Amino acid sequence: MGGLDDLYQDLILDHYRRKRGEGSLDNPTVAVDQNNPLCGDEIHLELNIVDGTVTEIAHTGEGCSISQASMSMMSEALVGKSLEDALEVVEHFRMVMHGSEQGDEDRLGDAIALEGVAKYPVRVKCALLGWMAAKDAIQTYQREGEEVA
Amino acid sequence: MSTAAAPIDVTALRADFPILSRTVHGAPLVYLDSAATSQKPAAVLDAMDAYYRETNANVHRGVYELAAEATARYEAGRDAVARMVGAPRESVVLTKNASEAINLVAWAWGVRTLKPGDEILVTEMEHHSNIVPWQIVAGITGATVRFAPVTPGGELDMDAFAALLTERTRMVGVVHVSNVLGTINPVAEITRMAHEVGALVLVDGSQSVPHMPVDVPSIGCDFFAFTGHKMLGPTGIGVLVGRTAVLEAMEPFLGGGEMISNVTQQGSTWADLPWKFEAGTPPIAEAIGLGAAADYLMAVGLDAVRAHEVELTAHMLDALGQVEGITVFGPRDPAVRGGAVSFSLPDLHPHDIAQLVDQEGVCVRAGHHCAKPLMRVLGVGATARASTYLYNSAEEIDVFVRALGNARLALK
Ligand SMILES: Cc1ncc(COP(=O)(O)O)c(C=O)c1O
Repeated sequence: MGGLDDLYQDLILDHYRRKRGEGSLDNPTVAVDQNNPLCGDEIHLELNIVDGTVTEIAHTGEGCSISQASMSMMSEALVGKSLEDALEVVEHFRMVMHGSEQGDEDRLGDAIALEGVAKYPVRVKCALLGWMAAKDAIQTYQREGEEVA
Repeated sequence: MSTAAAPIDVTALRADFPILSRTVHGAPLVYLDSAATSQKPAAVLDAMDAYYRETNANVHRGVYELAAEATARYEAGRDAVARMVGAPRESVVLTKNASEAINLVAWAWGVRTLKPGDEILVTEMEHHSNIVPWQIVAGITGATVRFAPVTPGGELDMDAFAALLTERTRMVGVVHVSNVLGTINPVAEITRMAHEVGALVLVDGSQSVPHMPVDVPSIGCDFFAFTGHKMLGPTGIGVLVGRTAVLEAMEPFLGGGEMISNVTQQGSTWADLPWKFEAGTPPIAEAIGLGAAADYLMAVGLDAVRAHEVELTAHMLDALGQVEGITVFGPRDPAVRGGAVSFSLPDLHPHDIAQLVDQEGVCVRAGHHCAKPLMRVLGVGATARASTYLYNSAEEIDVFVRALGNARLALK
């Protein structure tokens, strides 16, 4: 498949075939749905948040190899991070996808492998789907947390 | 209307389409996305080019020779389209695309006519173009949009349609040929049923006019919309054919230059049909290109185009049918369906299909095809779709199906 090595490299396919974080949480702190208007893919993301830290991530839904692998990588990258750090990593990943930042493996973990997706504008949306859901979930939690307080 | 013509000689005909000789990722281009937009023959490109090079001037305005020539070519474009669909020229309104043609009816007729309690009946297999304008109009007027269901076999459920059709129904919107399922709807029968309850009918012919002989008057519908770029013409031009009496009774959609008879400080009166609905300087080159496309299709013969499509669709359904685990949507009999074939594989997302076969030069579409309500009915988020046209060959379908097999192996 020649020119597609960036898009379909082994690490990405590994996450696609064995998704990390697939499934549901018993009583998630926050849950969101996100869809890709381009292809109609819909995903459901759940987070547990304890003392300002993301402790667990689970997801279900349909998607292409890129969106599913990216979701899996996101689940690994954000667990254990404070909400602020998690949002910062999401923003970094977004900038990498738009080609405006060089990927930082320390922050992205396996998701560094998605750097080449930036060359395929149509697929950037696929790669961002799970990350935007995570951002939405954290911000929803922060808003509602403030309202409760 | 087309007359019976010789079968299509694909090899010879392909020479008319400059783009078909290019390669993609080092492989010959196999273009199987004509339901999204068709490729253009040199005759269309040349006609548009010649207009700009030889007679560029605004239409319907200047008294000088150039303007007269430009106007003649523009109106000749309309005449060719009118001939192709068997409609009188004054009933052929040129728009930006099919979407604008439908919006024209929604705004010029719907907003002024519909009341709370009135119903607009569309089908579950409509393109968003024939759903969203009605939802907007319903929001303004208090009317309700209803959806006639699709059977598991991908056909319109005519019993359910009949049950939903009541005296409350003021407009029926139905796609002639589905861009997802390929289904050909019985639009003449639907029109007859709708007229019995006093409803008007708008047929979306975006996927029929390019591919088969269509005679709009014999359908009997009140409005018939289609789009230039799917029938070998350029983008930026579409068509609304209306029943003359209905168009006469309607107020304009957009106001501006061209569409008036007289303008005073007290008010304005409207130009005759079809210009009443063509405000502002029209897409002149595009209308000329569309006319050239209609002439090209009539010269090949719409019967021949349709016969070729049936042959290719049979081959496509056959070849795809042998792919393990595949779900093919829509009717299985090529004689009763169009050439857009949607399918899904359990282990390969449509995006991945489209991306991987592209590597072998094959263009197919992945997504919801602007028919999200239908996707929901089919129980999928997206499908892959291969669609053929008069320039495609059976060998190209084989290249595509082989590429599909390779894609599957790559992501196994
Ligand atoms: C059935 C159908 N209706 C309407 C349209 C809209 O055409 P356009 O985008 O040119 O307005 C399309 C094409 O996308 C179509 O397939």
